[in-house]
Amino acid sequence: MPENNHRKHKTSRAATRPKAVFVVEADHFQQLIDALRARAYQVIGPTVRDNAIVYDEVTSVADLPIGYTDEQEKGTYRLQQRGDRALFGYTVGPHSWKKLLYPPVLRLWQAVRNGNGFKIVPDQQKMPKLAFLGVRACELNAIAIQDRVLLEGAYADPNYKQRRDNLFIVAVNCAQAGGTCFCASMNTGPRVSGAYDLALTEILDAETHLLVVEVGTALGLKVMEDVQHREATEADKEAVERIVAETAQHMGRTLDTTDLKDLLYQNTEHPRWEEVASRCLTCANCTMVCPTCFCMTVEDVTDLTGEHAERVRKWDSCFTLDFSYIAGGSVRSSAKARYRQWMTHKLATWVDQFGSFGCVGCGRCITWCPVGIDITEEARAIRESSTTTSPTHKLVIEK
Amino acid sequence: MHTLEPLLAEHPFFQGLDSRYIQLITGCASNVRFDTGQYIFHEGEEANEFYIIRHGKVALETLAPGHKPITIQTIEEGDVLGWSWLFPPYRWHFNAYAVELTRAIALDGKCLRTKCEEDHDLGYEFLKRFANVVEQRLQATRLQLLDVYNVRT
Amino acid sequence: MAANLPNPMLPQPYRVQKMRRETPDTFTLELTPVNGSGIPPFAAGQFNMLYVYGVGEVPISISGDPDKRNCLVHTTRAVGTVTKAMRELKIHDVLGVRGPYGTHWPVMEVAGSDVVIVAGGIGLAPLRSAMYQILAHREKFGRVVLLYGARTPSDILFRRDLEQWRAHFDLEVYVTVDRATGSWRGSVGFVTQLIPKAPFDPLNTVALVCGPETMMRFTALALEKRGVKPDSIILSMERNMKCAIGLCGHCQFGPVFVCKDGPVFPYTHIRDLLAKWEI
Repeated sequence: MPENNHRKHKTSRAATRPKAVFVVEADHFQQLIDALRARAYQVIGPTVRDNAIVYDEVTSVADLPIGYTDEQEKGTYRLQQRGDRALFGYTVGPHSWKKLLYPPVLRLWQAVRNGNGFKIVPDQQKMPKLAFLGVRACELNAIAIQDRVLLEGAYADPNYKQRRDNLFIVAVNCAQAGGTCFCASMNTGPRVSGAYDLALTEILDAETHLLVVEVGTALGLKVMEDVQHREATEADKEAVERIVAETAQHMGRTLDTTDLKDLLYQNTEHPRWEEVASRCLTCANCTMVCPTCFCMTVEDVTDLTGEHAERVRKWDSCFTLDFSYIAGGSVRSSAKARYRQWMTHKLATWVDQFGSFGCVGCGRCITWCPVGIDITEEARAIRESSTTTSPTHKLVIEK
Repeated sequence: MHTLEPLLAEHPFFQGLDSRYIQLITGCASNVRFDTGQYIFHEGEEANEFYIIRHGKVALETLAPGHKPITIQTIEEGDVLGWSWLFPPYRWHFNAYAVELTRAIALDGKCLRTKCEEDHDLGYEFLKRFANVVEQRLQATRLQLLDVYNVRT
Repeated sequence: MAANLPNPMLPQPYRVQKMRRETPDTFTLELTPVNGSGIPPFAAGQFNMLYVYGVGEVPISISGDPDKRNCLVHTTRAVGTVTKAMRELKIHDVLGVRGPYGTHWPVMEVAGSDVVIVAGGIGLAPLRSAMYQILAHREKFGRVVLLYGARTPSDILFRRDLEQWRAHFDLEVYVTVDRATGSWRGSVGFVTQLIPKAPFDPLNTVALVCGPETMMRFTALALEKRGVKPDSIILSMERNMKCAIGLCGHCQFGPVFVCKDGPVFPYTHIRDLLAKWEI
């Protein structure tokens, strides 16, 4: 695979200097959507549906959740009117961008009977070019985390790669923190950093409504040629930093990540696991809304005649009973073991596997848990009464 | 009988035992041999001796109605066969027979029991050693009980 | 830009050349590629994902000789939907193969040591590959001992191989069963009982261990008790696998993925994990 055609997806946390910083009036924002569509991008952005802000195709600024905000708490999500015309005045909803990069259901191949054998026919769909409009800092980080899992191992996922290679990212700096947000604790936001094409910051007050646009790539620069803009002033840039700093001060949650991996490794038998298991329904909502969860299963099915078979990839969750099934039974049959697996994976073993936490602090798992289990609360409870009686995992994965 | 003393002294089971006691025990020891298929003892019989296996193999067997006899354990070279002589009611719990030609040293349990009652230090030395044998046998039996190769399907 | 990455989830069709029932619930398949291409090289201890048309795909250890690349040999128990369907395959039927995957028994890496192979039940299948390799290079190793435990005499796997190995003068083979009826003249007792007296030098030995997890745990303890260094005890783990390429997440065992960081692990890598329930 030619290296020079492969867009490196930077995961570094160092702030990369934008190629340019522009300002676009809110009234001209439609031009950005038009410019992308003119380049054959399908624009996916936030929109209101079923009393939530979800990600779906948008063709017009009017499709955005103008004037909406979200109130999020444990097990609670409500849309409210802000009383203004903000385009991005909310945080994240039940959808994450993984829905588009790593679809919940994907056919991998078909097989056709052929004598007493069969022939495999791979699915060669032409992927549409996607432009994501409104990727939050935590979500950008989540995409980078999934890149590491799905592209940088010994085997890369070709479908993810195809979708990812053609992706245009318009990120957004959050001007408000959500009730369950803790990106500041996870060092993934609220300031957008990483690999984006454009990063927006909405500035809205009595007199102005504009978007500061930081340009991250040459492609972003090209797209901006078709959007009315002016150069950003120092005052504009300072406004961006002020907004982001303000957001960072109002996070709904915090999570102390000091030695978090070792903390969880040393507390595999902490009584808190039993306690949270008594509440957890193992419904798998958290894994479905989580932007980094990547577990999947494959189903091999045939039609009634047996002439055609296919293999379909589907999202799976470590919370299901048969996730860990081997002959004789499931390795993790108790809810305690399954909750422990999920949280330990997200906040500890992911570090050993992929070099970072798996959690970006988006808060979705807290909001969408029907019984309101809060990962930050669980981590705090374990830290506050940590017992070091169980031996530390001394695991070095030698490559 | 004195030819058995060095054999007993070098056996791992009697390691660390005072030579005075080895001599005492030798007084209760005899050389025995069992041909293939020969029964050494039967379940329910009085347990009056135990055996240090020198060569061969002994099967511990139990009978259940409607089933062929089941071998639950084989005792081999270097192992100790039998501890029922130590504990009332002093009766064997299983059958034991030689799977192949087996040579052993038989120790007179009744005689040893008396000596242990007279000399509690000797009694302690014996019980220590037998506790070890029973512990090892128990661990092994537990693993057999787990039936790890059987998979619920 | 279209991705031109190879798709690692596409099975290659292989034809069944031989199907042998080994014991009441275990069978061996010999496979050759349908398109006549060569079989990819594999190492002892690795596994393939075998796909039965329309039924499903499961990881099965390779039980054949790594030096004989004319066919792929797999031995498995029929315990689930896929393996039961696999057992019904006939000669010339086709199944799908993806692989080989995973880490391997460090056979050639331990030249100069004694080798103790401790197998329990179906665990003898991936260890047979290691044994073939050791015998092909016998002069490189010291004493070689096989300790094999099965449930009952009728569950003893690879009887012919065991008899042939037993006939070697430079190889010791000990077989024991958990229980037996009167016609069995061999040992009865758990396989760990064979360890204290087996003829090998614990300070210069590598132990290759495979079988049910409980058996491997107690075997590792017994080997350690005998003096074998923990990093010289090598185990092969098993977990649920859907992809075998580190992407489905099912085979995670603490931080390790059994499909790519294993299935073969030194005991020291996973000792703490083995002691934890439901990890």
